[in-house]
Amino acid sequence: MSQTQVQSNGMETEKPQFYLTEDHHPEGSTMLGFWLYLMSDCLIFAVLFATHGVLGRNYAAGPSPADLFDLPLVAINTAMLLFSSITYGFAMLQMERGAKTETLFWLGVTGVFGAAFLGLELYEFNHLIHEGAGPTRSAFLSSFFTLVGTHGLHVTFGIIWLITLMVQVGRYGLIPENKRRLMCLSMFWHFLDVVWIGVFSFVYLMGVLG
Amino acid sequence: MSSHGQTPHAPAHESASQAHHGHSNGHQAGHGTLRSYLIGFSLSVILTAIPFWLVMSGAIDSKLFTAFLVMGLGVIQIVVHMVYFLHMNPRSEGGWTMMALLFTLVLVGITLAGSLWVMHHLNTNMMPMSPEMMKNMP
Repeated sequence: MSQTQVQSNGMETEKPQFYLTEDHHPEGSTMLGFWLYLMSDCLIFAVLFATHGVLGRNYAAGPSPADLFDLPLVAINTAMLLFSSITYGFAMLQMERGAKTETLFWLGVTGVFGAAFLGLELYEFNHLIHEGAGPTRSAFLSSFFTLVGTHGLHVTFGIIWLITLMVQVGRYGLIPENKRRLMCLSMFWHFLDVVWIGVFSFVYLMGVLG
Repeated sequence: MSSHGQTPHAPAHESASQAHHGHSNGHQAGHGTLRSYLIGFSLSVILTAIPFWLVMSGAIDSKLFTAFLVMGLGVIQIVVHMVYFLHMNPRSEGGWTMMALLFTLVLVGITLAGSLWVMHHLNTNMMPMSPEMMKNMP
């Protein structure tokens, strides 16, 4: 865009320069920019956590966390996300070695763990709604579904992104662009795991404690 | 930077500036090794298992102390993830990721503490309601 601008103006005068030509680290700025995005995402979750902190005890004479939450299921869910984090780490290690097939393998394993996490969460939501503990039952359940649902939505988009990148790597190999994208997704994926630590500590465990 | 922005010897300058900004290819060093990933994973497993065990077995009688431990271990695990999985360190991107993180943490602290504080006072200062009044709420 700016390139064409420069050239169309350059016809009359002697090519004025509007930008520094030695723009030598686009890689680094992508990572920093993506980190800033993650930090803003972090604020979204902070607000949802605050909402749950305020409303999490307002049961409206409905079920409490101790009645609803199945901690072994949450523990398995947590394990799924933790496994997916380490397998993504393995994918990154293989990416640095330049091993395309191994990278794709570990990305695939990560996707399977992510899908397992999502499946268990959807099963839990479905179970809760069928028990009559849907998001409309009480303020506690509204904030619970919003917070955990937002996290689940992030994981969903992470999996879509992961599949897209697997296709990209499969077709074009480990070119610098794909490496950059994989590093962004790596940060996104580990960030989701960090948010999940807050969810299982603050929402599930503290909720069951009462 | 602007003083030599228009120099004709661009290639020489570029290599010089590359040497200057060591971090431009220095983010490669920010990646983990197999060892660091495995350490982070083991620590995470331990730090996840302890709070789940505490709550599911009810090993400690005091709920307040259990809650304190659960949140404390959660915070430690977040730091472990930041260091071993997200490779946070004060040097990456010339310190800007750390600055952004600290700023975000301040905002998160204000949001969480402020919300809980204000809403707690609103709740405790509300006019008491009888169950009958509650039932007739709109």
